Amino acid sequence: MSEHEHHDHEPHAQRAPSALEMRVRALEALLTEKGYIDPAALDVLIDEYQTKIGPRNGAQVVARAWVHPEFRRWLLQDATAAIASLGFSGRQGEHMVAVENTPEVHNMVVCTLCSCYPWSVLGLPPTWYKSAPYRARAVKDPRGVLEEFGVQLPQSTQIRIWDSTAEVRYLVLPQRPAGTDHLSERELANLVTRDSMIGTGLPASAA
Amino acid sequence: MPGAIVQEPEGEYFHAPWEPRVMAMVVAMGPTGMSNIDMNRAARETLPNYRDLSYYEIWLAALEKLALQKGVLGDTPPPPKQVLHAETAIATIKKGFSASRPASAPARFSIGDRVITTAAPPDHHTRLPAYARGKQGVIAQVHGVHVFPDTNARALGESPQWLYTVAFAAQELWGERAPAPHSVISIDAFEPYLEPA
Repeated sequence: MSEHEHHDHEPHAQRAPSALEMRVRALEALLTEKGYIDPAALDVLIDEYQTKIGPRNGAQVVARAWVHPEFRRWLLQDATAAIASLGFSGRQGEHMVAVENTPEVHNMVVCTLCSCYPWSVLGLPPTWYKSAPYRARAVKDPRGVLEEFGVQLPQSTQIRIWDSTAEVRYLVLPQRPAGTDHLSERELANLVTRDSMIGTGLPASAA
Repeated sequence: MPGAIVQEPEGEYFHAPWEPRVMAMVVAMGPTGMSNIDMNRAARETLPNYRDLSYYEIWLAALEKLALQKGVLGDTPPPPKQVLHAETAIATIKKGFSASRPASAPARFSIGDRVITTAAPPDHHTRLPAYARGKQGVIAQVHGVHVFPDTNARALGESPQWLYTVAFAAQELWGERAPAPHSVISIDAFEPYLEPA
């Protein structure tokens, strides 16, 4: 079927719900009927995790640490409190630790047991972070993983992998890119990528 | 060695219309007290087809399983502790669900101590990964006392334990042919997983 025909079809017949959709609807209806779930609360949660809680939160934390040495010290000493001071707290961010990249050490975060991830600063995890290949390879062959992400580090750089096996959640504080002295905190935050805060990437360079 | 890592742009959180609904249901079921986070993880990891399912399929199947097990779908469901409503949902998740508990005994280990992890896997839920069993490492951080997943997952109580970051040299875990020989890998390990080395 050509794409054109496909589009012609859509206004007439709604796509039939998949078996998974039916299961999800059935479970939601039952949990609502039993008094465990308020569907209006689900709408609010979905909006929050789709539009408000995401890696732009973490980017603000990183940019602030780049600009304010006091905040950087606080972040490295008590990340949970420092991050909460910017308004980012709560579920899957209750016990935060920030780990700082330096010319000698590059940090990378994984959860080999499941998919633990710092939701309060990075939002919901990307699919690859939850996938078997990343979980298995990050701890054993971090340089191979980094190469797939386009990151090549000098052989002398020590790679430090943090496997989130309990309720502590890790945020990588990447190195501030060179040539960014003239940028504002807000402009710096735009250089901070999600992957640079997981440790599978580096911040974008200044334009 | 498992396959390639498929990259994904920022902000692409879901891949089917039902996935956000499952995410939100799992988040909303937390405060009801039906199950705790360790029971949720145990329910997911013991699904017979865990490796064949996508992430949110795993979440859905585990939620169905727990709802049945805990009698939530029966004629006389246990009353929920707290139900999230539109007005309260965000404040509740922003408050979070701390795993910290007061200490009832001093920490057995301090930063710099050499430790060896338990070798034999238990026959129940645990959070010591297979690759880090029977290995020597060094205490790198002390995180205070946290809920112990091994008991909490089995409804045997929180039995809080000291939690440490334990760092291992790559060679200790992967041998002399470790692909990144100078790397250091750490796990967060509960005190019962550790003995002095």
